[in-house]
Amino acid sequence: MSTIKTLSVKEPKVATKKRKLAPSGSALAALPWIGPALILILAVVIWPVIELIRASLTEISNAGSFHGFTGLTNFRDLIANPDLKPVIIRTLIWVAAIVFFTVILSLPLAQLINQKFPGRKFVRWALIVPWAASVVMTSLIWKWILNAYSGELNLTLDQLGLIKEPVDWMGDPKTSFYFLIWVAVFVSIPFTTFVLLAGLQSVPHDILEAAWVDGATSWQTYRRIIFPLLRSSLLIATIINLINVFNSFPIIWVMTKGGPGYDTDTTTTFAYKLAFIESNMGQSTALGVINFLFILIIVGFYLRVTKATRTEL
Amino acid sequence: MTQKTKNATFSLKKIATMLAAYSIGIFFVYPYINMFLTSLKPHDELNLTPMHRTPVQWQWRNYIEVWHSAPIASYLKSSLIISISATLLVLAVATPAAYYVARNRFRGRGLFLLLVLATQMFSPTALIIGIFREVDLFGGLDSYLALIVFNAGFNLAFSIWLLSGFFASIPVEIEEAALIDGCSRIKALSRITLPLALPGIVTAVIFTFVSAWNEFVIALTIMSSVDKKPIPVGITGFIGQYDVAWEFLFSATIIAIIPVVILFISIEKYLVGGLTSGSVK
Repeated sequence: MSTIKTLSVKEPKVATKKRKLAPSGSALAALPWIGPALILILAVVIWPVIELIRASLTEISNAGSFHGFTGLTNFRDLIANPDLKPVIIRTLIWVAAIVFFTVILSLPLAQLINQKFPGRKFVRWALIVPWAASVVMTSLIWKWILNAYSGELNLTLDQLGLIKEPVDWMGDPKTSFYFLIWVAVFVSIPFTTFVLLAGLQSVPHDILEAAWVDGATSWQTYRRIIFPLLRSSLLIATIINLINVFNSFPIIWVMTKGGPGYDTDTTTTFAYKLAFIESNMGQSTALGVINFLFILIIVGFYLRVTKATRTEL
Repeated sequence: MTQKTKNATFSLKKIATMLAAYSIGIFFVYPYINMFLTSLKPHDELNLTPMHRTPVQWQWRNYIEVWHSAPIASYLKSSLIISISATLLVLAVATPAAYYVARNRFRGRGLFLLLVLATQMFSPTALIIGIFREVDLFGGLDSYLALIVFNAGFNLAFSIWLLSGFFASIPVEIEEAALIDGCSRIKALSRITLPLALPGIVTAVIFTFVSAWNEFVIALTIMSSVDKKPIPVGITGFIGQYDVAWEFLFSATIIAIIPVVILFISIEKYLVGGLTSGSVK
């Protein structure tokens, strides 16, 4: 029951009034209203989860037909795959680096666009552009900007005298991986900044005024008052980013396809390649399940955190 | 007005703030400006030495020729069919659920909301292999219907959260008054409550439309006919070619992103609230 109470801040007010409208509180009475949503969620989310797990425990021919349960054979095969280890290490770097840089850069940015200045609206709109334009389209333009012979990056570096001849940034996995991270940070900042901005806007004005009256410097105010109040927004932004970045597919797919070989793959793109390019359904479903469990842990953490946040408020 | 009376250091700080904010704004838009400029170059200007930022010859007719040189019209048509249908499906399914959840307490309500919240967290990417196998099982590969259902399902959570917040904020007394005046419950809902929740409904519609418009991984995986591919999958198909027609690729991209950017900006106020499921106050 405590879950119900914590799910909406406005609950108590509504709760006292609702008896008149709905005398029955049974799940059956709710079914006509929430039933379609339930069916859609079961068909679209729950079914694929079950299908993924089932497939990971079975032997499946390339044509997709079922050949009986094989226990953990697929998982054993996957672990024996020599390509897996570097992909896992790269995934950890991928997630840690992107989430870290995104959060570190979004904090001051949110602060900045929370200030009052002429044209603030347009700056906020500018930040929405990468978010709305989608990750696919943004990856395409960055692929072009990073193009060795026609891209704007080499043009700019050349004009600044920093390079003598064109550098093929995306051709070498050593540099291309850093640029994939760069693009991922670029597309993650807008959403993160807006979440933090919402947190900043909820900081009560009188507290800030009191701090100002007491002679606190801006840094002290930020460090001692704003930042602690921003903690829950920060936590939620971080967790959502963890999930999004771990699941991130289009950036790598559009810019390098994980190549050359598997040199820029993460576990997400690696699982996709195993399934749809190499027709290795066994190992790909095993990796899919591992990926899913990883996300499940983060989601569980998210649910706990948000619940805690709500009770706090 | 108070700002004018403040001292010079304050104005200096303000100017610094403005400069920083404007530069960052330009930084985030710049790639798309580059995209636009590239879309206006003639093909042989793409590999010009020395390189040029702006087109030497502004070829506006790229925006006409792209319709003939690539199946842009059919990509757009597919995207429109999928996005509009998914949006309508979400609206039809999310509105009653959100309303009921906002107004009633029932057994399993917490569980239902937990399920909704979890849906929002699971992206199609993580489940793509399971999705592919399910769609295949039902013979839905290469069909609009499958894409519509999956796009609707994965965007349902946002709308349920957002709309139930809106419904909860509408006083029950207004509905009760209508009931006393002899309105049926459905009539009270459609005449009184829904119009009041209109900003929420508009936001849910735009958000779902834009997400479906931008969806990539499911479409990439299950659509194979050229004429059924939505625009992100169709456009990325360009880059496999030997001599990539970047000018057309980017004119098609610009055509695809301008409407959604405008739509997204129009719901700026509500975006964050819906995405973080009311957990950020």
